[in-house]
Amino acid sequence: MSDQRTISVTINGENYERTVETRLTLVDFIRHEVLLTGTHVGCEHGVCGACTILLNGRTARSCLMLAVQADGQEILTVEGIAPNDEELHPLQQAFQDNHGLQCGFCTPGMLTTLLEFLKDNPDPTEREVREAISGNLCRCTGYQGIVAAALDAAKRLQAEV
Amino acid sequence: MKPPPFIYHDPNTVDDAVALLAEKDNAKLLAGGQSLMPMLNMRFVLPDDIIDINKVEELSYIKDEGEALVFGGMVRQRDIEYSDLVSERCPLMREAILNVGHRQTRNRGTYGGSLSHLDPSAELPSVSMAHDAIITVKKKGGSREIAMSDFPVAYMTPSFDMDEMVTDIRVPLWPAGHGYAFVEFSRRHGDFAITSSAVLMDVGLGGKILRASVTVGGVGPSPLRVPSLEEALVGEVGTPELFTETAERCREIDAMEDVYAPAWYRQHLAAVLTRRALAKAYSRAENGTEMTLR
Repeated sequence: MSDQRTISVTINGENYERTVETRLTLVDFIRHEVLLTGTHVGCEHGVCGACTILLNGRTARSCLMLAVQADGQEILTVEGIAPNDEELHPLQQAFQDNHGLQCGFCTPGMLTTLLEFLKDNPDPTEREVREAISGNLCRCTGYQGIVAAALDAAKRLQAEV
Repeated sequence: MKPPPFIYHDPNTVDDAVALLAEKDNAKLLAGGQSLMPMLNMRFVLPDDIIDINKVEELSYIKDEGEALVFGGMVRQRDIEYSDLVSERCPLMREAILNVGHRQTRNRGTYGGSLSHLDPSAELPSVSMAHDAIITVKKKGGSREIAMSDFPVAYMTPSFDMDEMVTDIRVPLWPAGHGYAFVEFSRRHGDFAITSSAVLMDVGLGGKILRASVTVGGVGPSPLRVPSLEEALVGEVGTPELFTETAERCREIDAMEDVYAPAWYRQHLAAVLTRRALAKAYSRAENGTEMTLR
């Protein structure tokens, strides 16, 4: 018999209880069990950053965690970033306005990574932004639009405060 | 589902963790998971049991013991990055930690995990080697200390046994005003370095070097001190010529060769990076003088 556990995880404010195999990765739990497919799974060994989520407010690669390790924890995925169904978060709006995405595969990881980064560093330089997203691979944009979006978002978020 | 099947354990204490290690023949300890999880996903490792120590809270401290900082094995790399204690007392570690992976991986990755994985170009093992760290490992019924110089036995192989785990790392500090520099070369920011150089330097009045520690990473199977270089520095007043000349000794190190970099290239990088690190460390030392070497 496979090793199983019942876990309870809060994702975007909603609680999900599931019985899962202990070897299930967190990203597969989010996508296949909870059916939130906004979080993307790319390399599955911690290099591409597409699966980045926020675990108790801190970014983590969800392919490098087991679902059972998230038991009792709070997770935020890309689906939980916008304040409601009508509006986008300022960071998301900045991505749209600055052409920060083309195919969209890296976008959930870029958004979650930048969400944490802009909290740690609300007024970053371009170089700091480039370093912050160095763990997220994008194969379309050449990063230019993403960097512009991040810098624009920093301004928008600061104006909000 | 990528990882192979295993039985999962999540003990709350070190005692429970080492009891499980003693009991299980083919177990792996899961700390931050930033190396073990990829290896599980790629099925490079096939453990029967995974012992997750993320719930062991007693290993998440950074203590100031005056002459040394003591780190619990489960201190996250992020905690080191944001620790004022580390920035003030152990600036080499602060400079090195910014090269460890990315924010997302530093949030999870641990000091003890990095030492246990022992990648030859990883930053924390290099810093530990530079500072002559002492590692405490524990098993059921006892613990022992291992000097960092005796810690690596082979490529990615630490000298502790399968039933032991790293519980703390004691990092002896250098006097206030010492010089330090961590310099590395990698193909992309955040990648594992091809080669790195870590330098500590105690400089006396008049600019005389009283003590030096030089460690190169990514050249040998584990981070290596360069004693002949250290000896050549002590007693001398730092000059660009001295650092340029002595750094050449790094070319004598027996270097690894792989698909990414031939041995001569690693030796070359070691000499160049060490030259730069020596100049940078000397510039930063209270009694040193400003200089830059390319």
